[in-house]
Amino acid sequence: MSELLPALGQVAVLVLLLALTVPLLGRHLARTYTSESHTRLERGAYRALRLDPDADQHWRTYALSVLGFSLVGLLVLYALGRLQHLLPLSLGFDGLPADGAWNTAVSFVTNTNWQWYSGEAALGHLVQMTGLTVQNFVSAAVGMAVAAAFARGLARTHGAGRVGNFWVDVVRGVLRVLLPIAVVGAVVLVLLGVVQNLAAPRLLETLSGGSQSLTGGPVASQEVIKQLGTNGGGFYNANSAHPFENPTPLTNILAIFLMLLVPFAMAWAFGHIVKDRRQGVAVLSVMAILLVVSVTLLTWAEMAGPGSAPALAGGALEGKETRFGTAGSALFGAATTGTSTGAVNSTHDSFTAPGGGVALFNMMLGEIAPGGVGSGLYGMLMLAVLTVFLSGLMVGRTPEYLGKKIGQREIVLVAAYVLATPVVLLTALAVAVTAPAGVAGLQESGPHGFSEALYAVTSASNNNGSAFGGLTSGTPFWNTLLGLCMLLGRFVPIIAVLALAGRFSSQRPLPPGPGTLSTHRPLFVVLLTGVALVVVGLTYVPVLTLGPIVESLS
Amino acid sequence: MKDLHDLFRQSLAGLRVLVVATLLLGLAYPLAVTGFAAVAAPWRSEGSLVTADGSRTTDPDQAVGSELLGQSVTDETLFQPRPSAAGDGYDPLSSYGSNLGPESPELLAAITERQAVVAEREGVEVADVPPDAVTASGSGLDPDISVAYAELQAPRVAAANDLPEDEVDALVVAHTEGRTLGVLGEPRVNVLLLNVAVREAAGRG
Repeated sequence: MSELLPALGQVAVLVLLLALTVPLLGRHLARTYTSESHTRLERGAYRALRLDPDADQHWRTYALSVLGFSLVGLLVLYALGRLQHLLPLSLGFDGLPADGAWNTAVSFVTNTNWQWYSGEAALGHLVQMTGLTVQNFVSAAVGMAVAAAFARGLARTHGAGRVGNFWVDVVRGVLRVLLPIAVVGAVVLVLLGVVQNLAAPRLLETLSGGSQSLTGGPVASQEVIKQLGTNGGGFYNANSAHPFENPTPLTNILAIFLMLLVPFAMAWAFGHIVKDRRQGVAVLSVMAILLVVSVTLLTWAEMAGPGSAPALAGGALEGKETRFGTAGSALFGAATTGTSTGAVNSTHDSFTAPGGGVALFNMMLGEIAPGGVGSGLYGMLMLAVLTVFLSGLMVGRTPEYLGKKIGQREIVLVAAYVLATPVVLLTALAVAVTAPAGVAGLQESGPHGFSEALYAVTSASNNNGSAFGGLTSGTPFWNTLLGLCMLLGRFVPIIAVLALAGRFSSQRPLPPGPGTLSTHRPLFVVLLTGVALVVVGLTYVPVLTLGPIVESLS
Repeated sequence: MKDLHDLFRQSLAGLRVLVVATLLLGLAYPLAVTGFAAVAAPWRSEGSLVTADGSRTTDPDQAVGSELLGQSVTDETLFQPRPSAAGDGYDPLSSYGSNLGPESPELLAAITERQAVVAEREGVEVADVPPDAVTASGSGLDPDISVAYAELQAPRVAAANDLPEDEVDALVVAHTEGRTLGVLGEPRVNVLLLNVAVREAAGRG
């Protein structure tokens, strides 16, 4: 019992922090994505960048802006990686190999932050700052922009397919939301002990006369946006388990808070944007329910410690830090896979079988509990449309969501969204476990080895980025395959979301009739939760059976 | 064709945005935070280094380690840290855990072996060896051990340093950090700071 109280207490601290901040940030986000006025700084930026901030983009143009911006980001990051040995502050590291640079470029542009390399042994400070930190900000801003465009599409009465201006959304997302919070967060992290300097690795003599490298770097400034933007790419290989990234239980709870902040606030903002706050609360409730369930299960699994190794050692502490313990590691694990962050403060590969299974299932949900910044909201809204459609079928009425009719074209787009990730994921998994080059990367054989491959393709396709670290993924085969997973898993769904936003924006809303399913009541919350679980369950139960379920039963 | 042309135009706009974003977010922001850190928290931002007498320093040449990083302790008279999977042990150039799964034969063998080693070193039963003493941390750089593991080692350290057991026990208590706010994290003992204190007490500082 004495272990259980602190475990509950840390959740209470987290809930308190979120309850105080989510409504405030939600309202601010809604203003950010709907206000017609620009600040003076933004006006100057648009002029200098030769952008017309008042152009209302058709969804196709909006989508092309997303793709164009991401394409350029990818090319620049690829070049930075390949050419890093020619750049200052490279710490003597070589340029990345072609497959590695491709993987990393895709990884950070898609907000995945899968890392095949070890940060302290492969990347210099300049690439970390100008390449990775920058994409940490802008890939998050892109996700938020797409979600905002979808919310506006739903809110408009005769938008003629127009959904807003991508460049304005990105600029505001960075200047009004991400950067201010990041600056405050970085200051707090520095004061709590996170490292921040530009030093090259130096040797020091240890207490018992050995030597140890001291690896500094601009860590705090990257750490905060890594969590806030649900990116997850660690400065160091050990990610948030590394004491320089996450030195104390306080920085740990702050990291968890930062991961969850924007995804929940986006749901709150949604209610404001569609001018019915109850809709936002309903969506937020589903996210919260799923998160609470996964936190509970994961915490139970890690604290109870089923399995041979935890039983032998007396606790599931392999891969966990003393300062966080099982509860602090489990809470972090649930948050990082429920959002699309993918940072880890303990090695998920060493989680108990049910614990690792919960982390996997969280990612398979499409990361909607509460999901990535932006991607969590649009993922949940796509499922909401699906829920309304299914309910409409049951009672034989034309389904509508927020007054927008869901016809054949609309539901086709939702289906494309829902199916895109599983198709990418399962195809990649089939390739990985049949190709010798794929199997060669697995650390373990049998069900746990299968779980390593499953975890990797799930993490990549859902843009999470956490890993069962036993997998040796830095090979041309895995780098190329996972790069493709991340790319398709990010942009195919985004195109479906924007296309649907465009269709909704052209529709005049129908007034609610007596047969309309109200989408803010507890009944709908339950239905939506059920749909989320059933869709994932039906899609992934076979592969989960081959991996974590077999392992739990053996 | 029109779409391709549009994509090209949008990419050019994207390039302009990215250049400005890089200057602001990739240079100005991290450098400003670095500047702030150097002024407001120089010791922490340089890695929380401590000297052999336990005082704080920012000079690696003066330091015996970082308060935040575990290190290999080859000196058998001192408190031992947890097993580490980072390189050859506590190597910050390859921070990571073992990533061995809960049913891994390799992990089971390692735990059994470590239990035997610790039990023999401390002169206790295998059943008395706490879990953190036989498992590698996630970073391989864990600076802490559990209170149980510290208490287990105290008699050996006291004997090896010709110190009364009470005194070493008191040092363990003094270096035990409880849960933050009573609920966050786990009670723990910082191995480096404890070892520095032991050496001071034994007149070896």
